[in-house]
Amino acid sequence: MKPAPFDYVAPAELSEAVSALAERPETSRVLAGGQSLLLLMNFRLERPTLLVDVNGVGALDTITVTGDALRVGALARHRAFETPAVAPGALGRLLSRVSPFIAHPPVRVRGTMAGSLAWAHPQSEWCATAAALDAVIELTGPSGSRAVTASDYFLGAFRTVRQPDEIVTSVELPLLPESDAVGVAFVEQHRTHLSFAQAAAVVALVLRDGAIAGARIGMTGAAVRRAREAEDWLAGREPEPAVLARAGELAAAAADPYQELHAGVEYKRHATGVVVRRALTEALRDAQDGRGRA
Amino acid sequence: MSAGVPIRLTVNGTAYDVTVEPRRNLADVLRGACGLTGTKLGCEHGVCGSCTVLVDGEGVRSCLMLAVQAAGRDIRTVEGLAADGRLHPFQEAMSAEHGLQCGFCTAGFVMLVVGALDADPSVARDPERLDALLSSNLCRCTGYEGIRRAVLRAYGG
Repeated sequence: MKPAPFDYVAPAELSEAVSALAERPETSRVLAGGQSLLLLMNFRLERPTLLVDVNGVGALDTITVTGDALRVGALARHRAFETPAVAPGALGRLLSRVSPFIAHPPVRVRGTMAGSLAWAHPQSEWCATAAALDAVIELTGPSGSRAVTASDYFLGAFRTVRQPDEIVTSVELPLLPESDAVGVAFVEQHRTHLSFAQAAAVVALVLRDGAIAGARIGMTGAAVRRAREAEDWLAGREPEPAVLARAGELAAAAADPYQELHAGVEYKRHATGVVVRRALTEALRDAQDGRGRA
Repeated sequence: MSAGVPIRLTVNGTAYDVTVEPRRNLADVLRGACGLTGTKLGCEHGVCGSCTVLVDGEGVRSCLMLAVQAAGRDIRTVEGLAADGRLHPFQEAMSAEHGLQCGFCTAGFVMLVVGALDADPSVARDPERLDALLSSNLCRCTGYEGIRRAVLRAYGG
């Protein structure tokens, strides 16, 4: 099918985009990569009356290290994160392991990390990553910008605290500490290369004196995209297989998967526990490799 | 709402001055206004890849890009690959290796591969990256092995 008619503006300045969006925010949509929005418009599941195309706002097309964070502008495409050089240390390794799981190359050329967070699909890899790292999401509207942490940002499937007159202008991902042994991993279960994740886990582990000093676990889900109970369980414990398995069970119990055609709730809950355990195991190995590197 | 907008599309080095509604995707405008029907539309939601074209050298889904977004950018379609009456080496290889049967997906596969491999031929020597690339598009005559052989033939895997 084809999209229903809409008005279209493509400003070069962020202030102009914000003003355009403020005119009729409830029926307007922001176009960045468009790899979800345009397909939904093709099927007329989305019928905006105004499309505000921000692809011409050059100020949003940035990826920079600022202080202790990687600041990702709204126009940074998925493909930019395929190389570990995109960010220093373990953060670069992590992002480069997540990115190849997002759709496929022609979609990664267009789609954006900020757009993924704005859309908040429950199976989104970047949303799980933002949750794990407690990214800071910058929202810009008529009254200025505000910063929201991922823990406050996600409300449910396709629901966030972003107001209709706000644009996700950047995402700040904290750099992972270099002083300790840090291990990162991403594990995803999906039916085919072309399928959405049925379950996915993002893990960052900090090891100190043979024990887990801190763990961060993000997962696919609706309102629950971070496995806090599992993180608390791991803190201070030695990374034995049984300890990691228990963390997987806690993550599965906390997860809020939804029914799909090829995967029921209980299957996805089970799969979430498995991918969390596997990601913890891989992250442990990654941390041990890191000690070798250092 | 949605009146026509005059834009200039540069396709295979030729300028096309067309008036399009903002809601028209690039694939439809290439086929309709520009008359370049080599690009096919299959699923229209970014899954099948039949509509893949190059925009500024990169393979994109032309069903998930508005034509107005492509104004001023360098667009290449399957019609632009042959030069001096000779097919692109990958087109020759697709023919030689039987990389197509019904042909509907072929233009999309050709642009996917040419865009990626002309930029980085080393993909042909890395089975994992080549699999990931070729799984971007759907071929329902199951020509994948033929397409893979064509990549190796053209890009010296």
